[in-house]
Amino acid sequence: MARQLSRRKFVVYSLAASTLTVAAPLGCDGSKAEGAEPAVPASRRPSEVLARGTDEEMLVLEVTAANKVVVRLPRVEVGQGITTAAAMLIAEELDARLVDVHIPLADARAKGNQYTGGSNSVSSLYGPARELAALARAKLVTAAARRWHLPARTLRTKDTRVFAPDGRSATFGSLTASAARIRRPDVPSRPKPASRHRVIGRPTTRIDARDIVTGKATYAGDLAVAGAKPTVVARPPTLGGKVVSVDDRAARAMPGVHAVVRIAGGVAVVAESFHHAFKAKDALRIKWAPGPLASLSDAAIRSRLRAAVPRLGRPPRGSAQTQGEFEFAFVSHAPMEVLTAVADVRADRAEIWFSSQTPMDARVSIASAVGLPKAKVKVHVLRGGGSFGRRLNYDAAVEAALISKAARRPVKLMWSRGDDIRHGRMRPASHHRIRASHARGRVVAFAHSAASVSESDELSGASAQGRAGSVGARTASPLPSDHGLYNFGRVSGTSGSVELAMPLGAWRSVDSGTMRTAEEIIVDEVAEALGKDPVAFRRTTLRGKAVRAVLDKVATAGKWGRAMPAGQAQGVAVHEEYGSCVACLVELDATDPKNPRVTKVVMAADVGTAVNPRGLEAQLMGTAIDGISTVLQAGIHIDRGAVRESSYADFHYARQRHAPLRFEAHLMPSRREPGGAGELGVPAAAGAVANAYARATGSQPRRFPLNF
Amino acid sequence: MPSYSFVLNGKPVTVEAPPDMPLLWVLRDLLHVTGPKYGCGVGVCRACTSHLDGDEIQPCVVPVADCTGREVTTIEGLADGDKLHPVQEAWLDQDVAQCGFCQPGQIMAAAALLKKTTRPTDADIDRIENVCRCGTYCRIREAIKKASQNI
Repeated sequence: MARQLSRRKFVVYSLAASTLTVAAPLGCDGSKAEGAEPAVPASRRPSEVLARGTDEEMLVLEVTAANKVVVRLPRVEVGQGITTAAAMLIAEELDARLVDVHIPLADARAKGNQYTGGSNSVSSLYGPARELAALARAKLVTAAARRWHLPARTLRTKDTRVFAPDGRSATFGSLTASAARIRRPDVPSRPKPASRHRVIGRPTTRIDARDIVTGKATYAGDLAVAGAKPTVVARPPTLGGKVVSVDDRAARAMPGVHAVVRIAGGVAVVAESFHHAFKAKDALRIKWAPGPLASLSDAAIRSRLRAAVPRLGRPPRGSAQTQGEFEFAFVSHAPMEVLTAVADVRADRAEIWFSSQTPMDARVSIASAVGLPKAKVKVHVLRGGGSFGRRLNYDAAVEAALISKAARRPVKLMWSRGDDIRHGRMRPASHHRIRASHARGRVVAFAHSAASVSESDELSGASAQGRAGSVGARTASPLPSDHGLYNFGRVSGTSGSVELAMPLGAWRSVDSGTMRTAEEIIVDEVAEALGKDPVAFRRTTLRGKAVRAVLDKVATAGKWGRAMPAGQAQGVAVHEEYGSCVACLVELDATDPKNPRVTKVVMAADVGTAVNPRGLEAQLMGTAIDGISTVLQAGIHIDRGAVRESSYADFHYARQRHAPLRFEAHLMPSRREPGGAGELGVPAAAGAVANAYARATGSQPRRFPLNF
Repeated sequence: MPSYSFVLNGKPVTVEAPPDMPLLWVLRDLLHVTGPKYGCGVGVCRACTSHLDGDEIQPCVVPVADCTGREVTTIEGLADGDKLHPVQEAWLDQDVAQCGFCQPGQIMAAAALLKKTTRPTDADIDRIENVCRCGTYCRIREAIKKASQNI
């Protein structure tokens, strides 16, 4: 849907202002949009959108007198590089220098689409951002033409300036006031054809790279909001546990402690520093009641999931079966920056600073939690230190607001790493039953039924309050195999669920991260059953030309089939989603099967136009590490209603020694509009790692992570 | 409260703090030097990695009392004014960062490694324990190799 929208002619218009300010409605994928009503329902014509448009729903571009181009982005930067991609789109059409383009993150709005997720940011911005900048450029050129009494068509733009044929030039900043008064530009305001792109498609370093390497990049915890004191929360040992009683006398008597307040999720301590806050938290004497899952451990969850998988039905008569059951453990999002929120809640207004993929929903929830009208709640969106879906939920922001209200002072709430790992959120555990039926050398039916844990309403406290309504864990969605990636005859499948009071969340690539990974393992096993090579089998059974092309690319670039020493093997997998496709080839050394090392990763992706190939390569690299981690070693155990792990010491996300020594990403040239890319690589990478492990060890990988 | 004096990024500082207060919170909450990040508080994720007398430390597990009279360098003090350290330059060249949160620690770990081992092998680089949840490890490896040629 995103691609259909971006092919439309956007209606772009100018706002009355003393500097050149233009706005375009921001298209969105209605099914993914945040809030009750999508900003641009698919049925609405652009002209109607114009009629009802307000600044709030728009992507707004301003050229300042200081020659800066400013676009407040209604998306969040969490490392995926969206601010860089947006700046490139603007710089391209405006002929501005990239350093002159500034992309601050917009505060939470009242209307429109401010949702970051579903790998849709680039595709949703691609049309509006270019239309916007192209109109601004046309007006700036027209303003210069009138100043110099020259025909507008003779002027050129470059480096945030307009140039006359005689060599005179004027900065955009010097023209912005007169450009603001121009109603109809004298030159066309259409975006450039792809053949003239010089910025789009050029590998570009992040616009915030220098801030990052000098320590200047600012995250929520780095803010110095007046009076906002460090705050931590004592949380129950079990998931959803409750405070029975608390003796806070010792904690309150400690130096540097400002307040101790009970909240739904535990007991909060506000103190002079995080050191004081942690010390006082440890001095609290709390009696806890166990949470609703206190009798439940992994084994029981696994058997309940197995029992919840719907039956596959009968295979076609006369067919042979290749089948498998697959189990995936819970996985923490574990972004490097723990959840952090600064909140200043007063009697008549509230102001919150945090990193959010869903700031509009967050604003509504915060307002309702603290009992203020939405209009009195200001939410500032900050860059996030990673997310992987974690910041779709706004647990910490609601909690910070409630603590600020109760303590009657601004607070800077930080979840500890232990809080983050022990109290979620997590990718739901799941169980998969897959059966490929083959006859006369080909697959005639493919069935995949699955069950995953879903979050029950029993969950209370901050976790429940911070649940993003429309974008929580999706469990009953159609299976990815419904899309028919392979020519596998009759494709069927349904999903079931086990409801538990656990804090869950969408984890990068959501259901595909487990479902498609398991399917790619079965594809290898079918190939083997049919006596075919995994790449050759895929090449003859994949439906799409683009996905066959990326497979061929990794097979050639990765020297598929080269001789490997005993205990080492290659593995391959593909995936198609978000209007894009990807293939991954890995080499894995399992000489010690308990300590396997992926030594090399080769990926190829076709995402349509790659706005920033360098950023896309980074996203693919990240998904490769996600695949390595989740397949080989990173997962969460549940022991008697509690999470066993508590930090990166036992949640074994990959380190440098687990990362491939060589990584290559090949991007297929394309003039198509951009598809999604941020989550795309996960299933292909995970599938390739599992398949390489299977081939290296002669085993059938079934339960993930393998070393757990 | 006792007071402690040390040199921070080339400048003498004195802070009043409890002796067991970890350097990380002294830096972040008392001195407002926020480059070193909290990621675990137990010396595991190493997002806070900085230098003490030129050696790598994790300030989240180093009490401020241990820093008396010594030189603390954080990411903010690695560059020579506007001239970036070769490791920072290599990080820009390779466009290493994604979310950026672990990168001050990664850069400080790499700079400490290169001080001791001018031509690190893959095995040397594998011993860096800093977590990068975005998975930038391959670019980190390339950047360290590149920086090693420019030091």
